[in-house]
Amino acid sequence: MKRFIFACFFGLTVGNAQADLKIFATVPEWGALAQEIGGSKVQVYTATTAFQDPHRIDARPSLLARARQANLLIAAGADLEIGWLPLVLRDSGNAAIQTGQPGYFAAADFVNRLEVPATVDRAHGDVHAAGNPHIHLDPRNVLKVGAALTTRMAELDAANAAAYRGGYQAFAGKWQAAMGRWQKEAAPLKGVPVLVHHASFVYLLDWLGMKEVGRLEPKPGIEPTSGHLTELLARQQSAPAKLVLRAAYQQDGPSQWMAGKAGLSAVMLPYTVGGTAEAKDLFGLFDDTVQRLLKGAR
Amino acid sequence: MQKSFAMAALLAASCGAQAASDADLAAIRAQIDDMKKTYEQRIAALEQKLVQAESRTASPAKPAPPAPVENRPSVASANAFNPEVSLILQGQYRHAKNIEGRGITGFVPGGEGLNTRGFSVDETELVLAANIDPYWRGQAIVAMADGQANIEEAWFQSLAIGQGVGLKVGRFRAGIGYLNEQHPHMWDFADAPLMYQAMFGEDASYVQDGVQLKWLAPTALFVEVGAEVGRGANFPGTDRNNNGTGGGALHVHAGDDVGVSNSWRAGASWLKTRASERTSDFVDIGGATAQGAFAGDSTTWLADFVWKWAPNGNSTHRNFKFQSEYFVREEKGGLTCVGACVDSSYKTNQSGWYAQGVYQFTPQWRAGLRYEQLDSGTRDFGANAANLVVDSYRPKKASAMVDYSWSEFSRLRLQVAQDKSMLGITDNQLTLQYVMSLGAHGAHKF
Repeated sequence: MKRFIFACFFGLTVGNAQADLKIFATVPEWGALAQEIGGSKVQVYTATTAFQDPHRIDARPSLLARARQANLLIAAGADLEIGWLPLVLRDSGNAAIQTGQPGYFAAADFVNRLEVPATVDRAHGDVHAAGNPHIHLDPRNVLKVGAALTTRMAELDAANAAAYRGGYQAFAGKWQAAMGRWQKEAAPLKGVPVLVHHASFVYLLDWLGMKEVGRLEPKPGIEPTSGHLTELLARQQSAPAKLVLRAAYQQDGPSQWMAGKAGLSAVMLPYTVGGTAEAKDLFGLFDDTVQRLLKGAR
Repeated sequence: MQKSFAMAALLAASCGAQAASDADLAAIRAQIDDMKKTYEQRIAALEQKLVQAESRTASPAKPAPPAPVENRPSVASANAFNPEVSLILQGQYRHAKNIEGRGITGFVPGGEGLNTRGFSVDETELVLAANIDPYWRGQAIVAMADGQANIEEAWFQSLAIGQGVGLKVGRFRAGIGYLNEQHPHMWDFADAPLMYQAMFGEDASYVQDGVQLKWLAPTALFVEVGAEVGRGANFPGTDRNNNGTGGGALHVHAGDDVGVSNSWRAGASWLKTRASERTSDFVDIGGATAQGAFAGDSTTWLADFVWKWAPNGNSTHRNFKFQSEYFVREEKGGLTCVGACVDSSYKTNQSGWYAQGVYQFTPQWRAGLRYEQLDSGTRDFGANAANLVVDSYRPKKASAMVDYSWSEFSRLRLQVAQDKSMLGITDNQLTLQYVMSLGAHGAHKF
């Protein structure tokens, strides 16, 4: 019996040592990117799905158990996960993935963030002091984060460094080509005025040159109210929008109401990998996003 | 005269300059934005080239970083290191019967009893927390009420041990059960379950001055084991000035997801404390009050279970939470008695449980029901069996609540309850409560 227990423990530790990089990604987009770079050398666990609001996640027991075993934690950063990730980190008993360690990677640290507030006051709703955290919907950011992530993965798992660089290189080549295609396809979207449910699309709109003219949420993180929607509707006269955008995880009620009243087209975007059937990976995410925008703007 | 004319001219000139510079600024900003965009594209291309070049030349032993520089917000002042500060404002309006020395029939009271009615402000909690250095994190919670400030928690926690080990040292809420670690502002009801009041008194939580060691198993299933030793000064134990320890606890919790929409956690805990001269009132056969002092061991067993559901795991709009806990407490020792009684042995075995469900049906509204029951069980006073009254009673309480949250930082709650925790008294209670969180509000546990 004793020998059996010993064997079990030994097996566990050896198993840990042998396994390639174990990655805990808080959101699907960075999980998908890590998979592109790491290929078969990494084991990626994604903590949330495209149908969950990344701001509001419970520090579930399963997340603690997964974080405990990770070598690398990839967060979106910029306080997106402030409501749950700090707790998961602290209670995971995993020294490698604590903030400031090489095993902690926050994607937003490697790009220029938009909407960094001059003053931080909750009177403005659930604002993020470090700027808007939804950085992945600008494909140029995906490339930047990818380069930084590759370096980090190579640092943590030197044995597979060449494979990671190769993986990134292949991805980046395809990505550059796809970016050219998306930009060409999305050319008619330039200057199109849109309403958004939440400030989830700031980087997307910035990339495509679209114009945000209003938000259905009266303040970030506060659900749309009828009063605010009526106000937005009135503003349609002076500053008309063409589309009203929401992410797959947001309720369709407010944008449908707006669309019905103001004659806009309501567009549901996958927001992240897995948000629609087409958004199977990062390429699918942008393919589908551009197609849905074009269809809505037609 | 001349002076004021000059002033006016200056003012006008500066206004003109202002207007011109605004337009200029906009133009400059646009130019900068353009430049930024082109640079960003070029940088991205360069980065890619760099990685390509590296992968061609790289020796795995010395990987040169492709160097996208980290771009963290920089605050240059010393107070950037200030701890996270948050403050909880909590208060209520309560309508209930006036019962002096409110308690639970058949259970030893762990405090003065909660008999506040009308408008009142609950304890105001001040929370300070920060990473101390790469190895430790610290947190202090000070509960302020009229004329006093209590250190509710003050501990430091390990960050760098690894291997699933977590160490906490100081004053902390014991990791036993489910509700024990939660502060009142996290409760789903305006008051704690009777069970917690019976176990730990009016603060409804067991707080330990000591050391906690936890270990999280390296498995896909969440399994966490914890052990605590400490002073054991709080009810059901008493403070003694001794070397060694006055109390200890063991707990194990397991949890997992079921599909994407459900998750659960279950646990079992054991708490042992020692009491000496723990005084409480008894009623003797003649109906008069007798003062008894208990000395001995108090052992509490707890079982806890939580189940959460949210469609697709997205709890923002709709979610449901079920939680239930059960306890058994055994106390063994001697009773020193003043009044119409003698010194005797003392042995009790008592239990209780609660179950509650809370449903959030819109982003702002939640409603919940709670039912609870205790059992005063067996109380054996040995030689005092003929002297002291032994109430055998099953205290019960049913509560219903509905609450509204403007945001995750503000909540207003209405609760009605029928409280039959005292023999012969049915107390219909109404509570209107607010809970407001200011500042850097940390994450809540599952």
